[in-house]
Amino acid sequence: MLPDLSRDEIFRYSRHLLIPEVGLEGQRKLKNSSALIIGTGGLGSPVSLYLAAAGIGRIGLVDYDVVDSSNLQRQVIHGSSTVGTLKVESAKAKLLDLNPGIQVDVYNEPYTSENALRIAKDYDIILDGTDNFPTRYLTNDVAVFLGKPNVYASIYRFDGQVSVFYAKDGPCYRCLFPEPPPPGLVPSCAEGGVLGVLPGTIGTLQATEALKLLLGIGEPLIGKLLLYNALDMTFDFVKLKKNPNCRVCGPNADIKELIDYEAFCGVPSHDHEDEGSAGAGKDITVQELSERMKTNHLKLLDVREPHELEISRLPEALNIPLGQLAARLSELDTADEMVIFCKSGNRSARGLELLASAGFRKVKNLKGGINAWAREIDQNLPLY
Amino acid sequence: MPVLRIPTPLRPYTSGKSEVSVGGSNVAEALIDLTAQFPPIKPHLFNEGGELRPFVNLFLGENNIKDLQGVNTPIQDGDKLVLIPSIAGG
Repeated sequence: MLPDLSRDEIFRYSRHLLIPEVGLEGQRKLKNSSALIIGTGGLGSPVSLYLAAAGIGRIGLVDYDVVDSSNLQRQVIHGSSTVGTLKVESAKAKLLDLNPGIQVDVYNEPYTSENALRIAKDYDIILDGTDNFPTRYLTNDVAVFLGKPNVYASIYRFDGQVSVFYAKDGPCYRCLFPEPPPPGLVPSCAEGGVLGVLPGTIGTLQATEALKLLLGIGEPLIGKLLLYNALDMTFDFVKLKKNPNCRVCGPNADIKELIDYEAFCGVPSHDHEDEGSAGAGKDITVQELSERMKTNHLKLLDVREPHELEISRLPEALNIPLGQLAARLSELDTADEMVIFCKSGNRSARGLELLASAGFRKVKNLKGGINAWAREIDQNLPLY
Repeated sequence: MPVLRIPTPLRPYTSGKSEVSVGGSNVAEALIDLTAQFPPIKPHLFNEGGELRPFVNLFLGENNIKDLQGVNTPIQDGDKLVLIPSIAGG
């Protein structure tokens, strides 16, 4: 039995009720439905705002992060007044202001193999708006095991992808991407940036697919992947087929329960990069570097991109972007004591590996990168 | 010549180009031509053994080459190859 709409609800949703494909019955379906949104960031902002406005009866939000001002260039559900507060609480307040007639359940915890099935089992659909590979594989596998549709979207710089992975009727995320890329090969948005409006474009498409699925109208993006490029303003579609060798949804699937996704992907399940480290014994802290620079001459190697030097730089550092390092080793001397750095210490950790394999033994990675220097040594230097 | 569309994450390795014209009569030859034109892209597409990396998805038109004849899929003038990257941002 679908719930009835009150007089106020009929007025609120009147523009929906006027569409024959939605109508009164469709709106009652939405009121009776539930959606779990993984991530309350760039994608989660428009997704949750539009699903709340549309009158989805119950919305679940999973995130354990705190709002910071660098989020606000794209995460429009939050605001300056909620910087420093929990993202799920900041988002819940905005959603209930937009639509007090819905229920918003928040999960202020990382989405992990331990809690994911428990959290997701009572929702009709799952929307993947996370920012890292381990959580994307987890979200997919949970959806496959629970037999629920996974409305997928992903963004980077100017590119967006949208699909509906629903193993019952089509391929899953693993059918397309059986394995994650090696750690470090694909930069995260925290590392490579993202156009602020991009998650708006892609997230609203994701919300559209969710509404279509819940209403049972139109052609869902099952078995199709939408590829968007904002610079070229192109929308391309490709066909996706179920992979007969898929390890979670294929006929001979061997993954029957949730796994250790951080181990599977070789990266942590977040895109924070504040404490980028090359591992034990390979790092130097900003305090140690600051002390050393007072007495010794150390070579500084900055492996960031040239446009990042316009934001912040350390004097006398040689700049060789990581992508060019292998080809420009002749500019460096293995006899020199060297400190390699980037924004946060992750790219430089990869640079250190490359140098080590080329015979450089006297190189240390600046833990936390130039941002740690800006936080702890030189507060005149901007953080980014 | 067939055209290969390069996604944003790989454009740093193709001098910023979004599309590259590639020669060859099948996908394998087109990829060899691409890596000859832009050697820095090679490790992002192929593993040390010279095989296409498993997370690299290459589509001819709207079909995954894995659903066609793999790297032996024939191509011709006017064909559009699209590289689909694995991205995780949200």
